Amino acid sequence: MRVLSFLTRSRGRHRMDWSDWLSYLYLLVGLFTMFAPIVWLVMSSLKTESALTQFPPSFLPYSQKTVQVAGHDKPLPLFTVRDAQGTVREMAQVRRIGIMATLVDPKNPGEELRVNINDRKPVNELRFAWGNYSELFGKFSFGRYLWNSVFITVVATLLTLLVNSMAAFALSKYRFKGQKAVFLLIIATLMIPPTIVLVPVFLVINSVGLLNSLWGVILPAIATPTGVFLLRQYMLTIPDELLEAARMDHASEWRIYWKIILPLSAPALAVLAIFSVMWRWNDFLLPLIVLSKSEFFTLQLALNSFQGELNTQWHYLLAMTVITLVPITLVFAFLQKYITTGIASAGVK
Amino acid sequence: MASRLLGLFFNLFEPLFRAGQRWLGMSRLGWLFVGPNLLVFGLFTFLPIIINLAYALTGGVKLMPLERPFTGAENFAILLECRDYFDIQTCRKDVFWRALFNTVKFSLIQVVLMVLLSLLTALVLNRKIIGRGFWRGVYFYPVLLSPVVVALIWKWLLQSQGVFNAGLVAAGAAPVDWLLDAGWAFFWTVFVSIWAHMGFYTLILLAGLQAIPADLYEAAEMDASTPWRTLRRITLPLLMPNLIVVLVLAMIRAVQIFDEVFVLTGGGPGSATTFIVQFIYQTGFAEQIHLYGLAAAASLVLALGLVLLTLAQLRLTRAAEAGQRAR
Repeated sequence: MRVLSFLTRSRGRHRMDWSDWLSYLYLLVGLFTMFAPIVWLVMSSLKTESALTQFPPSFLPYSQKTVQVAGHDKPLPLFTVRDAQGTVREMAQVRRIGIMATLVDPKNPGEELRVNINDRKPVNELRFAWGNYSELFGKFSFGRYLWNSVFITVVATLLTLLVNSMAAFALSKYRFKGQKAVFLLIIATLMIPPTIVLVPVFLVINSVGLLNSLWGVILPAIATPTGVFLLRQYMLTIPDELLEAARMDHASEWRIYWKIILPLSAPALAVLAIFSVMWRWNDFLLPLIVLSKSEFFTLQLALNSFQGELNTQWHYLLAMTVITLVPITLVFAFLQKYITTGIASAGVK
Repeated sequence: MASRLLGLFFNLFEPLFRAGQRWLGMSRLGWLFVGPNLLVFGLFTFLPIIINLAYALTGGVKLMPLERPFTGAENFAILLECRDYFDIQTCRKDVFWRALFNTVKFSLIQVVLMVLLSLLTALVLNRKIIGRGFWRGVYFYPVLLSPVVVALIWKWLLQSQGVFNAGLVAAGAAPVDWLLDAGWAFFWTVFVSIWAHMGFYTLILLAGLQAIPADLYEAAEMDASTPWRTLRRITLPLLMPNLIVVLVLAMIRAVQIFDEVFVLTGGGPGSATTFIVQFIYQTGFAEQIHLYGLAAAASLVLALGLVLLTLAQLRLTRAAEAGQRAR
């Protein structure tokens, strides 16, 4: 009883009551619902092709043991069977016709045994199919898709930071004619989601010759109203005296921008960088219409095109899916605090 | 090393901006800084809005707007005309009506469930619980995953030999083709989209809950208010601004649902999970003949819906503010 009351003591004044238990129950159900699918995905990605077709599926990557038998080119699957004397033996299956299977003793391949297929049980062993991952790099130019995704994400994020911080600098530290109009115009684009200008954006990208080019995916979205807004709000808090002092020292305006404003805005730039990485890495609709040749595919497009094939090779597809979610998971693990505060304060995603 | 490279990079632009400073003068130098931004916005947002109208009012299959014959409101007529408005089969473009109907149905169901679930989760997370940061992260993690990854995770679970069917068979029931049955496929699009995005709305609501001053709750406790009464009289009214934001954001997003569903079900079976953005994509880009005009007209219908939703948000916000002032 003392143990229970110790375990159920909560930080506040009172002990845990039924509503606390209910809360934790709810959270545990949430934990399971959110993470079980992802854990299942990761475990499945470590199964061999044949293990993936087993039904019912197992949680751990079990697959059937095989042995090399003299006189047979391919390794044969192992089964346990009960022979005529009633002893249980491990035997390799040579062939199967209808419901009858022919098995041999791996050590003594001359002796054959014919049994009903329901009387034999497969011998399973735990085997992690790391090959699903390593073979990806040799096959279907996976390395290229990975490179395309990384290139787009990195270059687009750098440009996003540059272009938006320049605009935010002008909108927060200068006073010029039409400034208010510019700011309103930029904020107004928040209201125009990319999905409703899909056709004309395609035309523009085509007209400037960026169809089937990674730049066709990078450039259209480097100016983001969210970015301008986030950075401008932050730069407004930087005191103007700093700029005045630099001007006294004959620093050019450009130098003031990159030597003073940019370093001081580092926290806001970091938040925007994290968002930009997530947007670009996960982007789907724009790449889908701009990049139609497979050598320009991003990981997302490659995943989509493989899952659409008639004969989906799930063992590779699952491994590829896991690789695609690794960077985002790392971002989440290390930068969760910045993301959540960024969203909570600006209401952006 | 990195800072040296950065310095080199930025110094490249020094002459340009010095020249700009000399020619434009300080009063107009700002334009030079916002220039690149406005150029990108102009090219990829403002110009497309105008061209979109040109597409919607012209026909044919040419991509260049000037080569396309003017057809007036023909595209809208193709989309919207029905011989009998009570029978979807008699519409000239019945897929569009189905997509429209699906989108409205999906948005209503998904948004209501999304708001309720994220409100419940935020309320639980706002209690005195151990490890709040961890639990918040649990719900938030799927938000960061790409739609394609989300769809593939669930596609794998829901396939005919998947873990859900294994569970059914183990329980003695017959397996179900989750994504090939119209009703179930629709259910899973709703479920998966809530699974993927709930954490985002939970976060906004939790921020709102934590901004409610604690002394209000202490006062309520002094007055021996029941938890239910506290929720209705203090928590919900003070959370109203955040709730409206969540409601409208969720609605705007739901209306534009595409990526996850496209990978998960491909819009099928039949057109059971075909939504409006997928209709635009298919009409304009995926089908043999690219009907840009029709796609543009459909996106204008979508835009109209979004404008209405935004107006509704303004209305709601104002009403909520007025209500708060009255209290």
